Amino acid sequence: MARAVSTRRKAGYTIAAWIIGLAIFFPILWTIVTSFKTEAEAISSPPSFMFFQWTTENYSTVMERSNYFRHFWNSVVISLGSTVLGLIIAIPAAWSMAFVPAKHTKNVLMWMLSTKMLPPVGVLIPIYLIFRDVGLLDTKTGLVIVLTLINLPIIVWMLYTYFKEIPGEILEASRMDGASLRDEIIYVLTPMAVPGIASTLLLNVILAWNEAFWTLNLTAAKAAPLTAFIASYSSPEGLFYAKLSAASTMAIAPILILGWFSQKQLVRGLTFGAVK
Amino acid sequence: MATQHSRSAARIMISPAVLLLLAWMIVPLALTIYFSLLRYNLLMPGTERFVGFLNYRLFYENPAFWTAMLNTLLLVGGVLIVTVVGGILLAILLDQPIWGQGIVRILVIAPFFVMPTVSALVWKNMFMNPVSGLFAEFSKAVGLQPFDFLTHAPLASIIGIVSWQWLPFATLILLTAIQSLDSEQMEAAEMDGASPLSRFWYITLPHLSRAITVVILIQTIFLLSVFAEILVTTNGGPGVASTNLTYLVYARSLLNFDVGGGSAGGVVAIILANIVAIFLMRMIGKNLDA
Repeated sequence: MARAVSTRRKAGYTIAAWIIGLAIFFPILWTIVTSFKTEAEAISSPPSFMFFQWTTENYSTVMERSNYFRHFWNSVVISLGSTVLGLIIAIPAAWSMAFVPAKHTKNVLMWMLSTKMLPPVGVLIPIYLIFRDVGLLDTKTGLVIVLTLINLPIIVWMLYTYFKEIPGEILEASRMDGASLRDEIIYVLTPMAVPGIASTLLLNVILAWNEAFWTLNLTAAKAAPLTAFIASYSSPEGLFYAKLSAASTMAIAPILILGWFSQKQLVRGLTFGAVK
Repeated sequence: MATQHSRSAARIMISPAVLLLLAWMIVPLALTIYFSLLRYNLLMPGTERFVGFLNYRLFYENPAFWTAMLNTLLLVGGVLIVTVVGGILLAILLDQPIWGQGIVRILVIAPFFVMPTVSALVWKNMFMNPVSGLFAEFSKAVGLQPFDFLTHAPLASIIGIVSWQWLPFATLILLTAIQSLDSEQMEAAEMDGASPLSRFWYITLPHLSRAITVVILIQTIFLLSVFAEILVTTNGGPGVASTNLTYLVYARSLLNFDVGGGSAGGVVAIILANIVAIFLMRMIGKNLDA
């Protein structure tokens, strides 16, 4: 008897959860579906959800017409470039804070985080003017520099929490066995740290890919990543729903897939360890 | 035991990150404060001069500034209410036994990974458009007049779009927190005859209080800087009806070329963010000790 009630209850929860889940996901699903319609079909009234002539012509049109791949490539270079550069700067810093903590380590960490709290608009004007004067406006290099700096605190912090979990005794043991600092890092620490570094990389690529303040303000045509490319689709092109949908689907698909793998790291990375 | 050697090595390894962040923080910040005390217009190069707090006074006397301040608070507050309340309810639901829980979780989290410009454009054109958007279709189907969301309720519409983007974040963090709740305590309360509502009120909610605070503080930091959603949907309009502080500074400095006035707005934004940041840092700092 108790079993039957709990099954019925489970069914109730299941139905409620699926309805809400699908409702939240619906705008994305609708965008994907619309991207396979013809323009006429996309604005037909009443709209059709499934039973229309599926076509991929929008994808080829978007790619032909708008240099889609250049913007895609810009996004790849900017998000990967800023993340890798950030990791190169952050790994030594996080390593030393985790394994050779000094009196001020905690303060340094907190101070690094506090730089993340600076609202971008508070420093937009000087950065814009400096970039204009040194010719970094609308360049990939400029954006890589800015995104590296704004994500550096998160990268250091995430790596620190991962490195903290590596037992220090192992390092001591290897030191006793005569390993040099270099050997210690290459042969002992790196293999144990790779999972943490990978998660940090993943989360930061996602954050950099979707960053839409600096990418919109510091680029024009040349270095514009997908965020800025899509913004240029606001009216009148935005009213071509099918093409807008195809461009949007291509812009979000890679990150949607990466994101689903990074759910756990998301909590850790974005709450700075305050929620476990 | 850290040796003298490893300690100095550590200092060398940490310095690039520290120096870069120090430069990133101090140089633009000092320049913003400096610019905010100048009359500085990009269209009139060479006429810069020191004007003291004039920019702040002009900002203060400009009704658009107060509208932008109010809009900023409404935007942050509105999104926080929707995402925290919605996030708690959703987290509790997702914590129940459900068939296909992993898939539902993925569906719920998805909006967080959509870039802001895409979600703004999709909502604006395919849902809120008064002629051919889905909401208009729905209104027509049930015999109502289609509503022009972005013209007649621009700020509320933007709150809706931004809430959709941030609900997954709140849900995910609150779900993580709920799952660390001791189930024995729940069962004991249930055996003692506590109703579901009182169990929620006296056990779940206090357990979540810390996570809720973290969600509120972190979201506030990001929500104070909402920009792309406004740029793409309304350009801050009609008039300044959906202009927040971030957008106002952008419009002032990069559209009207008034660097001095824009910088004054930037300084106000920094002060506003710092008030929140102080509380957030204190919470994170406490956790670091534990």
